[in-house]
Amino acid sequence: MSTGSESNDLLFLENTSVAYGDLVILHDIDLRMQKGEFCTVVGPSGCGKSTLLRLVLGQQRATSGRLLLNGHPLGRADPTRGIVFQHYSLFPHLTVLQNVIQGHVLPGLPFFLRGAKRRRVEAEAMAYLDEAGIADQAKKYPHQLSGGQKQRAAIIQAILTHPDIVLMDEPFSALDPGTREDMQQLLLRLWIEHDLTVLFVTHDLEEAVFLGTRLIALSKYYSDGRSASPDQHGARIVVDLMLRERNLLPDATIKSEAKFAKLIEQIKNQAFDPEAFQHVLTHDLSHPDAYFTLDDIQARQPS
Amino acid sequence: MLGKYLGLHAEPPTWLRWVLGILPFLLLVVVYVTTSDARLEENPNDKLFPSIETMADSMVRIATEPDKRSGDILLVKDTVTSLSRLGKGIGLAALVGLLVGLNAAFFPVFRHLVMPFVTALSNVPPLAVMPILMIIVGTEDQFKVILIFIGTVFVLSRDIFRSADAIPKEQITKALTLGASQFGVVYRVMLPQVLPKLLSSVRIVLGAAWLFLIAAEAVASTEGLGYRIFLVRRYLAMDLIIPYVLYITALAFVMDQALRFALRVGFPWFREE
Repeated sequence: MSTGSESNDLLFLENTSVAYGDLVILHDIDLRMQKGEFCTVVGPSGCGKSTLLRLVLGQQRATSGRLLLNGHPLGRADPTRGIVFQHYSLFPHLTVLQNVIQGHVLPGLPFFLRGAKRRRVEAEAMAYLDEAGIADQAKKYPHQLSGGQKQRAAIIQAILTHPDIVLMDEPFSALDPGTREDMQQLLLRLWIEHDLTVLFVTHDLEEAVFLGTRLIALSKYYSDGRSASPDQHGARIVVDLMLRERNLLPDATIKSEAKFAKLIEQIKNQAFDPEAFQHVLTHDLSHPDAYFTLDDIQARQPS
Repeated sequence: MLGKYLGLHAEPPTWLRWVLGILPFLLLVVVYVTTSDARLEENPNDKLFPSIETMADSMVRIATEPDKRSGDILLVKDTVTSLSRLGKGIGLAALVGLLVGLNAAFFPVFRHLVMPFVTALSNVPPLAVMPILMIIVGTEDQFKVILIFIGTVFVLSRDIFRSADAIPKEQITKALTLGASQFGVVYRVMLPQVLPKLLSSVRIVLGAAWLFLIAAEAVASTEGLGYRIFLVRRYLAMDLIIPYVLYITALAFVMDQALRFALRVGFPWFREE
């Protein structure tokens, strides 16, 4: 565990909370991310995983806390962040090629790219689409694509402008298992080739452990010496693990290894079990960048 | 065997579908012709059910012979006048409805400013406003255009608002992360998505627009398709009224099909819900 210092962090969140009146969604989130990380976020349904992602995205405002991206306070959504949603990432009225080059078209004028710039941007886009295996779909409209093809295009659309961080909100959750595995491989390949930084929300623990260099779990099932019931406080980070080095791909066989299943079991116990009432000071926050700040009330020892 | 033709599970073959579709039209024509023949036999000067030949003659005359007083070919003049009024009224309503609905869907302050007003005014029966309009703007061309405009603009605004509001909000965020400005989101990303919905809304209000046009022309006009049929009503000129009604129906049908064609060709990605 280290202390918070925002100087070199790509993403820095300190004491970040989200509440609607009395209903607290996220409580006191502290998170630092470095460039090149592939950080997966898991947690029981309704724990605020997507809320955390929307905070970083700028779609939602924090009730309190300090949020920095590259040292600058996080504002509304802008091109520093790329996003892939589960649905609706693509614009239905544009072809695949038009969709993925929007990051070059939408900023500024004119409305349409022309001449040499257009040829350059389209050539780059086609190279990416080829890498994603959907170059032959470039002229089609989104409604003509399969779910997997749509998400391939959505990923290319999000990374073509080289955002500082790529945010993904359950991007593969609507896909069938086979397609999902192909997408995982594609994403890892793009991540390593283009040196992406990814924050990836999923409800699928296996997917999270397989993909991430780092895994964080959000949960309301913890005790901080204040309230007894999880309904009375928001979720916080209860697990923060390093899964592998930042520049490594996972072994293809890792899913069948015993330690893989054991790790999943361990995370389940710590974050997904309503009976697990670990005190905040005993959580497994073993990732080197993990840190948290406690106010005096929370720091009280379990009674 | 009969199950193919009767009941919940009937599967009529293509030829039968055509026969079934044409049957009511055929029936109407047969009933008309027999009634007309019977009455004309009794009284050759009967005006109520003119024969098809008489109607055709009248229609050809008005479509080819210049009017004695003005020298105009009346059918052409009526058509041009009416379609121009219809086009101006509905074109203006489409433009305003698009801007109102689109901006209301995405700019909350504008939404709270205009939508309660639009919703309230859409309940006013446009024909009830007609006397007010006649007093204020008179009975010239702009009276008919404004009546059509008032009769359709509120429905169009609400339609466009609903369509634009139904676009997933993810797309706003998506466009912002791709570098769009706030106006860029609305006018470069959302507007093109709403355009085909505008066309299909216009198709729907076209029927109402015809109603207001003909009502306005009946009340106060000197030319136009609606004016003509109400004018000749004084002489019980069924031989002109009936073909005129058929002609107006055909015009409405052609306009509807033209919009449908424009929708299909201009917006190949568009899926009607």
